[in-house]
Amino acid sequence: MAKVLMKGNEAIAEAAIRAGCRHYFGYPITPQTEVAAYMAKRMPKIGGTFLQAESEISAINMVYGVSSAGLRVMTSSSSPGVSLKQEGISYLAGSDLPALIVNVQRGGPGLGGIQPSQSDYFQATKGGGHGDYHLTVLAPASVQEMADLTVKAFDLADKYRMPAMLLADGTMGQMMEPVELPEDCVHTVEKPWALTGTQGKREHNIINSLYLVPEQLEQKNLERYEKYKTVEQNEVICEEYMLDDADVCVVAFGIAARVSKNAITAARAKGIKAGLIRPVTLWPFPSEIIKKTADKVNGFISVELSMGQMIEDVKLAEECKKPVTLCSRVGGMIPTPEQVLKAIEDMEGGKI
Amino acid sequence: MAYTQILIAGFGGQGVLFAGKVLAYKGLEEDKQISWLPSYGPEMRGGTANCSVIISDTPVGSPIVSEPDILIAMNLPSLDKYENSVVSGGKVFIDSFLIDRKITRTDIEAHYVPATKIAREMGLPTLANMVLLGKVIDKTGAVSKEGLKEALAKTVSAKHPELLEANLKAIQAGMEYEE
Amino acid sequence: MAVVFKKPEALTDAPLHYCPGCTHGIIHRLVAEAIDDLGILGRTIGVAPVGCAVMAYDYFSCDMVEAAHGRAPAVATGLKRARPENIVFTYQGDGDLASIGMAETVHAATRNENITVIFVNNAIYGMTGGQMAPTSLPGQVTQTSPYGRDVKTVGYPIKVCELLSALDAPYYIERVAVNNVKNVMSAKKAIKRAFQNQVDGKGFSLIEVVSSCPTNWGMTPEKALKWVETDMIPYYPLGVYRDKSKEAE
Repeated sequence: MAKVLMKGNEAIAEAAIRAGCRHYFGYPITPQTEVAAYMAKRMPKIGGTFLQAESEISAINMVYGVSSAGLRVMTSSSSPGVSLKQEGISYLAGSDLPALIVNVQRGGPGLGGIQPSQSDYFQATKGGGHGDYHLTVLAPASVQEMADLTVKAFDLADKYRMPAMLLADGTMGQMMEPVELPEDCVHTVEKPWALTGTQGKREHNIINSLYLVPEQLEQKNLERYEKYKTVEQNEVICEEYMLDDADVCVVAFGIAARVSKNAITAARAKGIKAGLIRPVTLWPFPSEIIKKTADKVNGFISVELSMGQMIEDVKLAEECKKPVTLCSRVGGMIPTPEQVLKAIEDMEGGKI
Repeated sequence: MAYTQILIAGFGGQGVLFAGKVLAYKGLEEDKQISWLPSYGPEMRGGTANCSVIISDTPVGSPIVSEPDILIAMNLPSLDKYENSVVSGGKVFIDSFLIDRKITRTDIEAHYVPATKIAREMGLPTLANMVLLGKVIDKTGAVSKEGLKEALAKTVSAKHPELLEANLKAIQAGMEYEE
Repeated sequence: MAVVFKKPEALTDAPLHYCPGCTHGIIHRLVAEAIDDLGILGRTIGVAPVGCAVMAYDYFSCDMVEAAHGRAPAVATGLKRARPENIVFTYQGDGDLASIGMAETVHAATRNENITVIFVNNAIYGMTGGQMAPTSLPGQVTQTSPYGRDVKTVGYPIKVCELLSALDAPYYIERVAVNNVKNVMSAKKAIKRAFQNQVDGKGFSLIEVVSSCPTNWGMTPEKALKWVETDMIPYYPLGVYRDKSKEAE
């Protein structure tokens, strides 16, 4: 199929439609509004639902309704709006419902700014709302991945009956790159739990996260964490870039990984063997490869658009074997390749 | 292997993002690797706008152009802000009708085109961006001169096909302008 | 043996957990009878609230979903958009519908979302032990208004039917009560009508049921029903507030 030039936000929307999503609920917020605008144009023409909800809270609960009915559904927002959705996301997780939540991150906290950020890493990967739970979290680093990982997120959500989050940022949402859109895919996951009406043929289905008997609620949590273990074993995705002979290992995702690649190229030109681990799934986190890499490299640099969130997972993964430093900009600023190169040189030169 | 980084900057409403899109679509037509990244903000008109475009034979790394090979400056604040960021040996294209100073650096090549004046005289006052772009295409080879019409057809709104010819004319005028 | 009285098909065998004298049981039965009468049990999906009726999913034999506090109209919107052929209803209390979920209520109404909303107004938060509700009466003593609801500091009760009937869109809005046989009979008629409207594709129908809470009002069931008559209904007049079928004529 021919490649087309598309904004990242639009690629998400088109890929979602091709993945069989016919229901979208959202509320306007920069820098993700193109997703809603695209859906508003397309959905009425294909018999789908686009609904601008009265709030982020309503939007995520409409998602909860459609998911209860067993159909693919999504919402998208940016950081402050995703905070509002956390209640509904916790309920989705607690009711074992699949759904896609897109967060095109902007700087925070509070109203923050509208420029790119990765400072919702903790919120996305550690649950986000109340209670013990995880989402699968996918971090695209190109417009192509905005499309591909949208499809992947729906598949994972259905496969494991858990909500998935696409964790992008303002750059990924706003930039245009050539993209080969996925083919229309028919999803065939059986959903015998879905609310369809009993049609007088079965006992009633109940979608619920309330368990007043502690023993039952504990059991539910244990079962869910067994499922999470399977996800962690089977669904890790990460990209290794110039890692084989690397002395310095950069860990970065999304736009930070793009910047880091430039820095690694520059470092190699100077004779410094730098490489990259780019987590594509942030949860499950590629801990194994980081642990293995720790035996080969002098240290790690976590490059982030946050005050240092993913670095905690890097440290946990490499088990204090090697030093880990942080290279970051925040508030909507993006580290430059020069800044990352300097961090690589500092580590190579033993300055840390 | 070409890896061309282009920064286009000016006021909102000058067609900065549109000029970038024309380059991006043209690059796509030529099977190049492309990225196009706009500045975005609450202002729609009159504020500052800029746009990073990378056209390359190899995969694009960071889509953010901080050291452009080619700078297109459509107003004075943009030239003031970005002149020093251009790589040594790079090229600057200036709307000399709106910017009344020359560049201060000696290690880069400057092209002065009174694009706004040319566009107005052609009766196409909103297409100074295309006039300047014509000169860029003529002097840099960032994209080829062939097949511009096809690239434009993808960029111009389908609701206004008459704009296609107007844009082409403006680009042509820029290419032919003698400095 | 002739059966003279039986449980509606739309109710399960689960014993209700409601307090003695609570009118939720009556209202559950009226909803179930309406579903039975219309023959829609197999295609009905109910949305339970947070509040005393939180476990309604165990009591209705149709497919059920438990919504977050106040979000039932949004969840119902999702369900109805996903499965327009199904009949979707919410069952909500006053805190759920008129306080934390007011935005969801108003916007589902103004979209004329084709759903049925059963709104139980007993002027108190029952499940959490008797706090002031958005519909608690002026001067009403509750756990969080121990000196009586002071309208000067906490404002006046919200009259949901009056408020929603200020909107252009909603199809049917009626307030009923279940404090005596006559009122129960008209409540049944209203609830059935609200489901029928949805079957006919007419849009948003809300039935407010003025209800009692003997436990948290600190009254005997009998006295509570009298209080509905003497204090609640004068503040919340019964009647049809919106009927678009009449307007069309």
